[in-house]
Amino acid sequence: MVTVTDDAALRQRAWDAAASVVDPEIPVLSIADLGVLRDVVLDGDHVEVAITPTYSGCPAMNMIALEIEVALERAGFQHAKVRTVLSPAWTTDWLTEDGRKKLRAYGIAPPQASNSRRALFGDQTVACPQCGSDKTELLSEFGSTSCKALWRCKACREPFDYFKCH
Amino acid sequence: MVVANIQVSETPLVIYALRRADDALILGHRLSEWCGHAPMLEEDMALSNIALDLIGQARELYTFAAKVEGRDNDEDKLAYLRDVRQYRNLLLVEQPNGDFAQTLVRQFFYSAFADLYWRAMMNSRDATLAAIAAKSEKESAYHLRHASEWIIRLGDGTEESHRRAQAAIDNLWAFTGEMFAVDDGERALIHRGIAVDPASLRGRWLATLSEVTREATLALPQNDWMQQGGRSGRHSEHLGHLLSELQSMQRTFPGLIW
Repeated sequence: MVTVTDDAALRQRAWDAAASVVDPEIPVLSIADLGVLRDVVLDGDHVEVAITPTYSGCPAMNMIALEIEVALERAGFQHAKVRTVLSPAWTTDWLTEDGRKKLRAYGIAPPQASNSRRALFGDQTVACPQCGSDKTELLSEFGSTSCKALWRCKACREPFDYFKCH
Repeated sequence: MVVANIQVSETPLVIYALRRADDALILGHRLSEWCGHAPMLEEDMALSNIALDLIGQARELYTFAAKVEGRDNDEDKLAYLRDVRQYRNLLLVEQPNGDFAQTLVRQFFYSAFADLYWRAMMNSRDATLAAIAAKSEKESAYHLRHASEWIIRLGDGTEESHRRAQAAIDNLWAFTGEMFAVDDGERALIHRGIAVDPASLRGRWLATLSEVTREATLALPQNDWMQQGGRSGRHSEHLGHLLSELQSMQRTFPGLIW
């Protein structure tokens, strides 16, 4: 007999399985760290996972959806479905504190508060994830993936990725 | 071309969504033509990334259009199986890349408009359109900044870059009027709070253009004769060539998937 507690435990198991999926471009971050994983709904033996895309054209989203289905199947959920929700729109503010630490340790400067984004020619200060110096410069607003910009540290001379605020 | 064009039930809301989707797809395709050819690596990545954003926006809008239409069309059919006359994009976005200045001026004119447009569309009474706009406006803010910085660098750069930037502005100016025009179907959607009235954005669009071109030591044309046609499916000769490349795989191998 299924009790309420069992349902909660089962949902948690489904959530944990989905949350174990990592961003294929930034493998230190799980989709839970990113705030991409929005909801997990159990209905009998069917699981529906709601995710929200980061950038409109982010090619990682297809792979993430596929990997969620695989992870749930491995966890014993045979009927898993991934649904994309557009609203509310994803923002880098949803990146968890833990996720920001992991990013920095990986060598990517985490996004800054999104209130400076609107300035047409605003000055930003981004601290170097390697040496911590804030004497850094923007090399290219568009980096190796749609979510990153390319920066360089003037103190340690290392180039680094900056996760753009969005 | 062996595969027949799809039929689209062109209700005002479907046409409205297709116009926005076609703008994004065609401009995204144009930018993707720079991939591997841009003047430097950073710019190659920037133009390709912007293309990716635009094509992503187009996908959401096509999916919405197909849902509103309620037939068996989907994002792929709408992109790959409509012919020139069925496309509703602005003439501006189908103009050839030309030199780097032409590409960046085209991008600047469009991004300055799209940035305002998406921000206004976030208040649409249609929840899906509002959600698509909320994503797109974040992206367009970056696109506008990127293009603006280049306009200043080119205009206030060398004699040659200045000359080319000014030539691009003069060449593309006549295609900007179409951004602010609406037909009766779209006007009805504006009255219902679903669509954005582009005319209400023109003042701010012009202010952005004036600010950036002033700093770039460039001049905006005084000429106010404007070319129209794209919104009703009457295109320049360039779109057919673009579509033949964009659609060649689906036209040759119907239903092909990666």
